[in-house]
Amino acid sequence: MSGGTRLENANPLIFQRSGERLLTATDEDEDVADPIDDREIFDILSKSINDPEHPLSLEELNVVEQMRVNVNDRESMVSVEFTPTIPHCSMATLIGLSIKVKLLRSLPDRFKIDVHITPGTHASEDAVNKQLADKERVAAALENSQLLEVVNQCLSTRTM
Amino acid sequence: MAADNSVLLGLVEEFVSGQVDSKAAETSTGVKNGQFTILQLVEALGVSLSSSQPQTRGRGVQLLSQVLQECYSSLSEREVEVLLAFYENRLKDHYVIIPHVLQGLKALTKCSVLPPGSAVSVLKSIFQDIHVQSLMLAERSCVYNILISLMESKEEELKGLGADFIFGFVQSVDGERDPRNLLLAFQVARNIIQRGYDLGKFVEELFEVMSCYFPIDFSPPPSDPRGITQEELVLSLRAVLTGTSQFAEFLLPLIIEKLDSDIQSAKVDSLQTLAACGLTYSHKELAEFLPGLWSSIRREVSQTASERVESAGLSALSALVSCLSRSVLNSDSEDVLQVFLSLVLKDCQHHLCEPDLKLVWPSAKLLQAAAGASYRASLIVSAAIIPALLEQYNNRTQCAHRRTLLEVLQGFVQPTALSRPADGEDSVLVAFQQSLCGVVFSALTESSAGLQVTATRVLSALGQQPGLMAQTDVEKAVDHLSRLILEEDDPKLSSAVVECSGSLAHLHPKAFISRLIPRLKEEILSGQSDAAVRQRCVTALASVSSLPSVVQESAPVLLQVLASAHTGSCGFSVEEVAAVCISLQKIAEHARDSEEIGRFFHDIIIPHLLGLCLQAALQTRDAGHSSPLTDKAVLSAVVPVMSTACAALRSESASRMAAQAVSLFLDGDVSFLPENAFPSKIQLLQSQAESGGLSQLVCLLMACVCSLPRSVEIPEIDRLLLQLEDLSCTCTHLFSFTSAAKCFAGLVNKRPAGEALDAVLERVMKRISVELENTSSAQRTQAFTLLLWVSKALLLRYHPLSTALTDQLFALLSDPALGSQAADGFGVLMSDCLDVLNRGCHADVRIMYRQRFFAENSTKLVQGFNSAEQEKKSCYLKALSHIVSNLPRQVQLTELPALLPLLLEALSCADQAVQLSTLSCLQPVLLEPPEALRNQLEALFSRLLALTTSPAMKVRIASLQCVHALSRLPEHTVLPFRARVLKALAVPLDDKKRLVRKEAVAARAEWFLLGSPGGR
Repeated sequence: MSGGTRLENANPLIFQRSGERLLTATDEDEDVADPIDDREIFDILSKSINDPEHPLSLEELNVVEQMRVNVNDRESMVSVEFTPTIPHCSMATLIGLSIKVKLLRSLPDRFKIDVHITPGTHASEDAVNKQLADKERVAAALENSQLLEVVNQCLSTRTM
Repeated sequence: MAADNSVLLGLVEEFVSGQVDSKAAETSTGVKNGQFTILQLVEALGVSLSSSQPQTRGRGVQLLSQVLQECYSSLSEREVEVLLAFYENRLKDHYVIIPHVLQGLKALTKCSVLPPGSAVSVLKSIFQDIHVQSLMLAERSCVYNILISLMESKEEELKGLGADFIFGFVQSVDGERDPRNLLLAFQVARNIIQRGYDLGKFVEELFEVMSCYFPIDFSPPPSDPRGITQEELVLSLRAVLTGTSQFAEFLLPLIIEKLDSDIQSAKVDSLQTLAACGLTYSHKELAEFLPGLWSSIRREVSQTASERVESAGLSALSALVSCLSRSVLNSDSEDVLQVFLSLVLKDCQHHLCEPDLKLVWPSAKLLQAAAGASYRASLIVSAAIIPALLEQYNNRTQCAHRRTLLEVLQGFVQPTALSRPADGEDSVLVAFQQSLCGVVFSALTESSAGLQVTATRVLSALGQQPGLMAQTDVEKAVDHLSRLILEEDDPKLSSAVVECSGSLAHLHPKAFISRLIPRLKEEILSGQSDAAVRQRCVTALASVSSLPSVVQESAPVLLQVLASAHTGSCGFSVEEVAAVCISLQKIAEHARDSEEIGRFFHDIIIPHLLGLCLQAALQTRDAGHSSPLTDKAVLSAVVPVMSTACAALRSESASRMAAQAVSLFLDGDVSFLPENAFPSKIQLLQSQAESGGLSQLVCLLMACVCSLPRSVEIPEIDRLLLQLEDLSCTCTHLFSFTSAAKCFAGLVNKRPAGEALDAVLERVMKRISVELENTSSAQRTQAFTLLLWVSKALLLRYHPLSTALTDQLFALLSDPALGSQAADGFGVLMSDCLDVLNRGCHADVRIMYRQRFFAENSTKLVQGFNSAEQEKKSCYLKALSHIVSNLPRQVQLTELPALLPLLLEALSCADQAVQLSTLSCLQPVLLEPPEALRNQLEALFSRLLALTTSPAMKVRIASLQCVHALSRLPEHTVLPFRARVLKALAVPLDDKKRLVRKEAVAARAEWFLLGSPGGR
């Protein structure tokens, strides 16, 4: 971000971060199995993906909300809806791709992963959803080293 | 003389025509020890110096210069004058000679006897006859060094040269590229500026020739022997550029321009340079550029992703404001500070009205930086901001908004070192005192925990500034705090409330004594509230008790709680009673700073505690009714209370304490205990049967006598030691014999060396050996425990007998019954013990005893491991991992190469405890791995990855953390393992435990980034 370039959305709304997940006694109990749940996936997404424009996490920008993350461990299904900060956000595809890649890397391969834009929040919603749903296009995108570089930057842990 | 002459001629001849360089050194030795004079040397050189061949002349001058470099300090003024005239003249000579001429001049200018006027003439000749930048690196450095030495010795003369000197310097330095020479050139320029040379009309030229290096971008070559860093260059250039306000009109536009740069380090450097300007400039220089500077700073702070840029921007702003605050006001001109701050306020203030947008924080930070720069600035900013924030707060209804506003407000409430009011000045907030308190009190009644937490922080900040809280406000605040303690169960909020109470109680003890303590006391002892509320009350009581007056009220309440727990009236659980003891211990820690608190503990608290425990023990023995005070968890919590308080006792009360404790335990003298209703002739140090009842009270004896200062003499120590030895060897109750052994060890550790100590040790060692050798003895565990603690006591003080004892421990590793206990014993030996034998208890602990022990014994351990039978090996590994994991990291790193094979072995050992402790000692090492590890990566990876599916959850987590740490090794070393690691880590992604999955996700994410574009 140089001084000269203008940001698409210089003063976005900031949302409060949810606290750390509280540790319960069952979490430490060897014999209890904890199923993968909404909060767990939400934590994976919200804490470790940065917005390409701002040094803020997707949670702080409200791009990802816990209520828009649905997980069914038994049927191995994950569905994530994300909300771009503005309806014309040019980064929507990139954010979607980052979410998808993060899930692919973080979930066991038995899961079917569905990532799409929250209905009615982006101008070219259908086009983006279609791109994200197409396995081959996602795979091809990740073959492109420039694109992979940007995705990896979004997924790198914040260093300040 | 003639002989000397011929020697000299020979030397000259060999150097000049024979090209033998070593002869120069011989010649200068000759000059130095008076064999020849400089005059003779010049005469001998005559032919070469006047030769028509430039090479020969060069050789001649070189010899003379090299000799001068060695001997310049012994020259007379006359000699220097002649030599200088010669050298100045030679500057016009052939170019091959110039380097040697400059070397000679450099030597001559270091002379202390430079004739008057010579400095000027040398410089004039250099500036006239030499084009510095066409010289080689070393010669350029000569010129700068000549300038530096002349500036040191002939400052007045050079100043007489006036602007010519500046011009000459500018010309010589223009175009310099080498960092080594630049450091010298910057030094010359800094001298020019700081020592008040007249820059004349060459201000801009000097600035240009220096500023072309700004901002410095320099990455030293990897094997740079000089070790010049970017930092050095940046700092010395900054000293030049910001050294004088004459540069301001050129520097400030340059800074504004460079702030537009894309390179982060350039931005940071520009902002830091600007901050440095604030120290030397006055408002006159800044005035013209303020709007431009402000808009750049604002843009950087509000857009940046980097904390470095942000903090540099904020300190630049704060430097500007404090510079403006220093300016003297003229009656006719406007107040520059006011003008500038109104600009800042205009741009930032409206963002504070949008508490949910991103720019609220950058704007708040900018305003806070401006306000923190001076008292006057904080007056101006607060006058505008605080009413606006308060109004916003009252208009908003959402808790999240209110919280942000209050957090912003908090930044304005806390004064910085610069903006603190001077003596006689009021806090800037006085005018808003009532409304601030009102807002804080209203926030404390909100339902959102986050908002309440922020409110407690603002409250502490307000309470710490004099004059901001009236007596009634303090009382109101205390009431709010008591209510929150009693009603709120959010853990973050309660800890914030407790912290706030602590800081306020330190300043307003009366309000807490009269209002908070009685209310909490009533609540705890009412017997109706639930355990969580009582726990919060107890913690709060501990945190407010830092002053003696408060302690005298709060500690008795806690005692009363213990008493009623003993009678069983309020149904306190064992955990609660232990928590009460922990709180008492926190209070006891203040005894270190206040003798009054120490005395109070000595006179009241400790006797009462002892009395209670004794009552409980007697009652259990007689009536079978079990009081929580006989539980060993509670007793273990009482121990630190007493030992912390005893450790802080001053000499006289310490001796009294020792005497009382010893007579109680040895002779059953209960006279100093309160409510004296004890039977006479209680025998506390007899090993009673089974339950331990009275004998476990020996831990209290340890708490009292083992933590006293070393100078305190313990009465009847020999009888005491004998009884303790008996108790620890014969008692069958684990807690009792362990405590007795610890108490014995604590006393032995402090006992001065000498015959008495030797006799005790000899007796006890014999007894231990006898017991241990008798494999059928029932008391082997007791003997082992005593051995362990005595070893520790002696090891800590470097006693010569400690080796014999630890060798016995090593031997026990292969003992079928005691092997595993012995292995764990090494953990006790190497780690800090909390209740005895630590520095807090004034024990004799030598520095680095762990390293010493490790250095002396690691080979024994390795040998023992190699020769042990297969099933005994795990004990050795366990002992090893205990020892290594307690070593300081620096030692771990150096010792790891030797131990690595063993540690890898330990990873594949079946004992999960061994695996876990090995992993925990490997993990920090892996963050900065030593060379030796690189060769073992294959083995390491296969063992770690196997452990990621271990049945024990903690092992899985620890091994995943190690795998994670390995991803930070240099890429080329670990890249070959990437595919294998990613595949293996896919398994724990589906682990049944969430905590394991979390580590697996984190580790796998890093491994994906490894070697991938944009990763790392």
